[in-house]
Order: sequence, then C-alpha cells, then structure tokens
Amino acid sequence: MIKVSGLTKTYAGITAIRNLDFTVAKGEIVGFLGPNGAGKSTTMRILSCFLPATGGTASVAGFDVATQSREVRSRVGYMPENVALYPEMRVQEYLEYRAALKGVRGRRNRQRVNAVKELCSLRDVETKLIGALSKGYRQRVGLADALLHDPDLLILDEPTIGLDPNQIRQVRQLIRDLGKRHTILLSTHILSEVEMICSRVLIINRGQIAASDTAENLAGRVRTAGGVTAEIRAGTEDLKKALVALPGVRKADVAPQGDGWQECTLRTDADHDPREEVARLAAKHGWPLRALGREQVNLERVFTEITQAGEL
Amino acid sequence: MNFFTLLRREIRAFFLSPIAWVVLFFFLLMTGFNFYAGIAALNRGPSEVTVIEAFFNTIFFWFGFVLVFPLITMRLFSEEYKMGTIEPLMTAPVRDSHVVLAKYCGALFFYIILWLPSLLYFIIFSRITRLATAGASGPFLGAYSMLLLIGMFYLSIGCLASALTRNQIIAAIMSFSIITLLFFMGLLTFFVLNVTPALREVTGYFSAIEHMSEASRGILDSRPFVFYLSLTAFFLFLTFHVFQSRRWRN
Repeated sequence: MIKVSGLTKTYAGITAIRNLDFTVAKGEIVGFLGPNGAGKSTTMRILSCFLPATGGTASVAGFDVATQSREVRSRVGYMPENVALYPEMRVQEYLEYRAALKGVRGRRNRQRVNAVKELCSLRDVETKLIGALSKGYRQRVGLADALLHDPDLLILDEPTIGLDPNQIRQVRQLIRDLGKRHTILLSTHILSEVEMICSRVLIINRGQIAASDTAENLAGRVRTAGGVTAEIRAGTEDLKKALVALPGVRKADVAPQGDGWQECTLRTDADHDPREEVARLAAKHGWPLRALGREQVNLERVFTEITQAGEL
Repeated sequence: MNFFTLLRREIRAFFLSPIAWVVLFFFLLMTGFNFYAGIAALNRGPSEVTVIEAFFNTIFFWFGFVLVFPLITMRLFSEEYKMGTIEPLMTAPVRDSHVVLAKYCGALFFYIILWLPSLLYFIIFSRITRLATAGASGPFLGAYSMLLLIGMFYLSIGCLASALTRNQIIAAIMSFSIITLLFFMGLLTFFVLNVTPALREVTGYFSAIEHMSEASRGILDSRPFVFYLSLTAFFLFLTFHVFQSRRWRN
C-alpha cells in the first residue's frame, strides 16, 4: 500500500528526514513512532501530498505522491496533528462539504456523512458550530473527515491527542475496527496504544528509520540485548564490582532498597544471558538471592532504548 | 464539480464573516450618501452631467471603491494559511486552479452583491423623475460594465496579495498599495503636465477614472475591456503560481 524509497526532506538547510525506506502492506496497522522532531509528521505530510519531498520517491496504492497526487489524495484519509477546521461551519455542513470535495456526492454523501457521524459519535453535536466544540469533539470531526470517502489508507497523526481517557478508549476501538478494512499508518506518543492496536511498529529517529518490526519482536531484541534484574543482599560496592566483572556484562546498576537488599539491573552484550552466572556469583559469596529474572520489556523501554541509544 | 463545491463554501464564508456585513453596511452608507450628494448637486441648477455620471465620478465613490478590494480579498488565502485549514483543503483531491478560481469567483460574487442595491437607486430615481437620461441604457450599462471590469482586475490583485502572506493585514496593505499605485498612475497626466505623449498614453491605460468617465457617458471602448480582462487573467495566473509554489516553499 505504501512504498517509500530514499525519501528525504530538507527545510531551509535542515534535514527533517533522510533516506527513509519502508513499506506498509495492505491491511496492516502500522504504528509510526519517534520523539518530537524525528520526522513523523513530515513523512505523513509527504504521503498525504501536502508537502513535496526533496529527494527519493513515495507511492500509495501504486500511485506516485509527486506526479499522481490527486489519485493518491483520493485514496488517502489524512488526519493532521493539529486538526484545523472552519469554526463558522456546523458539523453536519462541514462533513457534507468535505465529502463533496472528496467526490462523495448525492445520496452517497448523506450515507457516508451519517455513517461517520455514527462511527465517531458526533450525532449529539451535528448542528453545533465547530468553533463551539471542545478539543475532543474537534478531534473526532477531524477523524470523521478522514473517513468520509472510505479511503484505502488512513494516515492518522496523533489521533488521540487532547482526548479524555474514555474518548481515547473509544477512538482506539474505532481504529482497531477500521483496521479490519483499511490500511492504517498511525502516529502517537501513547505507546500502550500502539502495543494494543498495531501489527507492526516503525520507529523513526533523527530523520531515519531506527527499527521496523512487531512490538513483540522489538521487545525481544531489547531483551536479548540486556535487561536482567536481580535482588541480592550484599554491600553495594562489592556487589557492583562483582557484577561488572561477570563475562558479557556491559553495565550494572545497583540500587539499595534500604533493608540491605540491592536491586540490580544488568545490561549485557546481545545474545548473552548472565542469569546462571549471577546465581553462581551469589552462591559463591554467600549472598542471599531472592529474585532473578529477565527484565519486563514493554514498547516504552524499546522506544527509549532505540531513540536514546541509536539503532538496534 | 469540485470548483462549485469550493465556490459554494467561499460564498457562504463571506456571508458568515462579520467583516462582510460591516463592509456591506458601510458600503451601502457610502453609496447612498454619494447618490444623495449627486442628486443634491444636480438640484442646484442646470448641469451637463447625468445622474449616472454624477454618481460614478465623485471623490466619495473612488475613495470607497479603492478601499473595498483589500477588505474583500485579504482573508481569501491568508486566513487558510493562518488557521491551518489549508492542510485539509490541499490533502483533499482538489486542483490548485479550482481553489484559486473558486476564491476569486467568491470574491467577485460578493463584489457584485455589494453593488446590487445601487441599481435600485437609479431605477427608483428614473421612476420618480420620469427622466429618460436617468435610466438611459447606454450610460447605465457602460458604468456597470466598467465597474465589473475594474473590479475584476482589482480583485485579482487582492487575490495575489492574499496568496503571498499568512497575515491578513499585510495582505490588505499590499493590495491597497498596488491598487492605489495603479490608480494614481492613471491620474499622473492630470497632475503632471509636461509628460511625453507616449507616457501619457501608457498611463492613460491605467486611468480608471477616465475609463469610468467615458463609460458612464455611454461610450464603450473595446481597449479597456481587453486591458482589464488580460490583466485580470495575468494576476490570476500569478496567484495560481504563488499558491502552487507554497508547497515548494514549505
């Protein structure tokens, strides 16, 4: 559905994205993650034909975003990070206008507008002026707008920003439902959302793709690259020295818990599991050991590891 | 089809904006006063000018006329840039040319609406006075055709100014400056006596006052038609390219 090759964008000498390469298959829900300023919104804006790329190519459903822009736009539903709407229009008339603009006319216009109002829970506010809506409702109008022409690809840039927890849950469920019929590229800072919804994660850092895999596989890679925890009763300095001296251990953090017990976190070389050595070490020194295991790795950890330490 | 969808929205946007109603109110006030002043002048004694000439050739008329274009056009593109609504607009499958034309035609429609009440002045006047010259079709058609032509040209200048900036005030100042400059260029021959015939001819093309003065006497020359229509097309062409270049400037 999306094919990006060597995509580069520079703004007044500053490179926002550099040689991006990735693909998104039809039917995938891909989480597009990265720290602020990493280039997520720029990439999404290029894919939705709002910005031209400085270099490289991108295509959506086989159409080039630069040369076949209108074909791409008629197949993409884009919800920008800051949903900008006409405040003087009412929700109903705005949606009718946007649907007509996207080529949805006549009876189908009414059908689609009704369908998206239902999907995005906008029935209660359909006669209200957009300028009088809360941030949450405006977000929903933006999402409804993206869905109006039943696009093949949905590009959602932080769709849950500004929503309350109930609304976030509703939108999350909505995206999950939409994922059954649409391909979705979703950018968000709520990583638990990505873990729950997305079939794949793309992490972009400093304008380059730093990782691309399922959330589980990425967690596995971080786990393999370190992340053993242990609780041992010993002197802080002695324990730290002994742990760092173990083969394959890159770094050992020892945090006293107050009752003589130390919480240890070990970073090791890839494919090295030091748990056996740690157990043997404790036994050798006669240090009581009450917990030993692999660190629980969630997407947040993966994100931090990748965006702070570089490519995985 | 998208053009008409965009045009409908533009026209609605005009009438949903408070600025439009303020402009309409003051414009009616200005044209009403101008009409009254014209009749009052004619009432003082025999005159060689008709009521149509008196209406379209006063300082009140030209003052309001030049001022109205920046007010109509300043928000066209600048507001979309400023509010960010340009992003959803341009990610919908619309042509850039349709956006430019719809905005221009919406402004033209509002401009025409501005002038419609003034038609009533002449109709009522000719009914009351039963003077043939009051409603004479030549001067009447001439003056209103010229009004439309000059309006089309000045609106295209306003469109270009609005496409250039996200600040409505700057857009208004820019279009006001260009329109005033062109307007005074036409007046150059009135103020500077020792101009060469060639310069007098060139500046004469820009003389909206001269064109209106002739047209309101019922003299229709094809040259101003060609001049204004081609310049309107040229400025719209520039607007289109400025609007398109926005993508590359980003």
